[in-house]
Amino acid sequence: MSNPLADSWRRLRAATWARSLEFIRDKSAVGWNVIFPVLLVLGLAYVFSGPGQPMFKVGVLAPAGVALDAKLHPFLATPQVQFYREEPGDAALHKVQLQRIDMLADFTVVPGRYWVNEQSPKGKLLEQLLRGAGGDALQRQATSGAEARYVDWVTPGVLGMNMMFGCLFGIGYVIVRYRKNGYLKRLNATPLRAFEFLLAQLLSRLLLIVVVNCAVFMACRLLLHLRMEGSYWNLLLLTTLAVFSMIAMGLVVSARISSEELAGGILNVIATPMMVVCGVFFSIDGAPRILQMVAQLLPLTHLINGARAIMLDGAGLREIAPNLLALAAMSAVYLVLGAALFKWRQN
Amino acid sequence: MPAVLEVRDLVKHYPRVRAVDGVSFEVQEGTCFGLLGPNGAGKSTTIEMLEGLLKPTSGQVLFRGAALGGHYRERVGIQFQNTALQEHLTTRENLRFFSALYPKRRPLDELIALCRLEEFLDRDTSKLSGGQRQRLLLAIALVNEPEVLFLDEPTTGLDPQARRNFWDLVQGVKAQGKTIVLTTHYMEEAYLLCDEIAIVDHGKIIARGSPAALLAEHFDDSVLELPVAEASRLNDGVTYKQKGDVVEIHTPDINGTIGRLLAVGASLAHLRIRSRTLEDLFLELTGRELRT
Repeated sequence: MSNPLADSWRRLRAATWARSLEFIRDKSAVGWNVIFPVLLVLGLAYVFSGPGQPMFKVGVLAPAGVALDAKLHPFLATPQVQFYREEPGDAALHKVQLQRIDMLADFTVVPGRYWVNEQSPKGKLLEQLLRGAGGDALQRQATSGAEARYVDWVTPGVLGMNMMFGCLFGIGYVIVRYRKNGYLKRLNATPLRAFEFLLAQLLSRLLLIVVVNCAVFMACRLLLHLRMEGSYWNLLLLTTLAVFSMIAMGLVVSARISSEELAGGILNVIATPMMVVCGVFFSIDGAPRILQMVAQLLPLTHLINGARAIMLDGAGLREIAPNLLALAAMSAVYLVLGAALFKWRQN
Repeated sequence: MPAVLEVRDLVKHYPRVRAVDGVSFEVQEGTCFGLLGPNGAGKSTTIEMLEGLLKPTSGQVLFRGAALGGHYRERVGIQFQNTALQEHLTTRENLRFFSALYPKRRPLDELIALCRLEEFLDRDTSKLSGGQRQRLLLAIALVNEPEVLFLDEPTTGLDPQARRNFWDLVQGVKAQGKTIVLTTHYMEEAYLLCDEIAIVDHGKIIARGSPAALLAEHFDDSVLELPVAEASRLNDGVTYKQKGDVVEIHTPDINGTIGRLLAVGASLAHLRIRSRTLEDLFLELTGRELRT
């Protein structure tokens, strides 16, 4: 008498092994998955190592409903400065410390106050602009902290983006190809269940992406002297969960499609906005609220934000718990949806 | 003896096609049952319903007297007409993988010997010839020691040599007492391998029985093939049929017809005599060639 659980485990193991072997032996795919992100990070490091961008960025704490304009303070009408509404709390101040923003102005108290980073030349320049703007004088609050280089900030984004492409396209195209060439139909004639097959694809891809990106991350850390304030284990946990949820997202897309062209189109429609909305290259701190809300529904946002928090701010599990929970919830929803929608064969 | 498979009034309709239109038959233990018919006749749709992969619009398929249950797939083996395998895996790895999917497994060494896979065991399956690939697919269909083996057009696209080699393998499997259900549009394949056939056209069975019995039932003559110029000398008392440069003379009396051909001075240098085939039977029943 066979044991259903043992049978299921044996089938899952076999399918995971077969798919992993297929990927590992595809030298061009492996090469591309490793070399591309390294080239991208090196390229960005080179591009952004020159003079900084001319734009100043100022976070503003203001009472709800009050517009950020000259009525609140003449300084807010200063050209060449991007003002955006910031949420009260340590996170905002931390951005000044990391020099991710040049100044934090607080109009929720009287008299108003502002923070600049003593080590930031741009902060000092902004102070001059503030004094020249007139209006009520703001109290100066100094803070300090070494600048987080753009490369430190952008690397989690770039690696996250690379993982997202690997997850979505890596899983989406493979399953659509299997369906198109009849391999899924053949598997359907065996006792292998849809959930086992999908989980095998997921585990195989997860393992490969996490291992490859760990290697790429370590290479970047050595080559670019990346800042790493937090725990590697926390970063690994976050990454694993994020990769799981992004692969599960790919499973949903590929659940029924038999055309690689259509799959490519849909995956691009998902991936491209994610690249913009999730803050891969630029912070979305000043972006419209609706965009920020959409971003919270995407796994890449939680990966990038969580990774930046760990790497730049030394965040622990408690700080990244919301990201982890969101990723776990998304993983469960996508996986169940993917298995429910899955079809073995073409219509 | 109860049938292994019973098919009762099986129907499969698609929005604009009646692919299978009321098909009934039984498959006995240890026999090879063939569904013979041209492309588009409904053979593959029928066999997929028997395999439990396609839900019938109506009708029933019974396996050992019961409806196809959850463990049916563990008890049957299937070889599809076209199947891709996982890329970059060798013959041996593919066998191992499929074998691991079943609770009951036939020893791989036995399968390798039965399907003659030794020479390409460690070769990437993308580098196999058509014949080698079909042998591997047959071995995969047998990994679970199935009670019924389904072969859907297994030799389509193979060269004649590879096809004959494959027939040898299937005869070897048959000799082990396996029940086989086969679809084909090669009459020779059906004649050689099947104990019983059902000729299918437009989703219906138009004739059923053993190949020899069907031929005996419909024909009492043989066929003489001669070039047109020679055959035209004999212009009465026989049934003619011209096929290109050759004329077929259908006659129950071969000796007599040859005697008459000699009497009228016809050259028999290019004479060919053959028995009636399933191809002839299909033509007789439908007015069309089997391979159209």
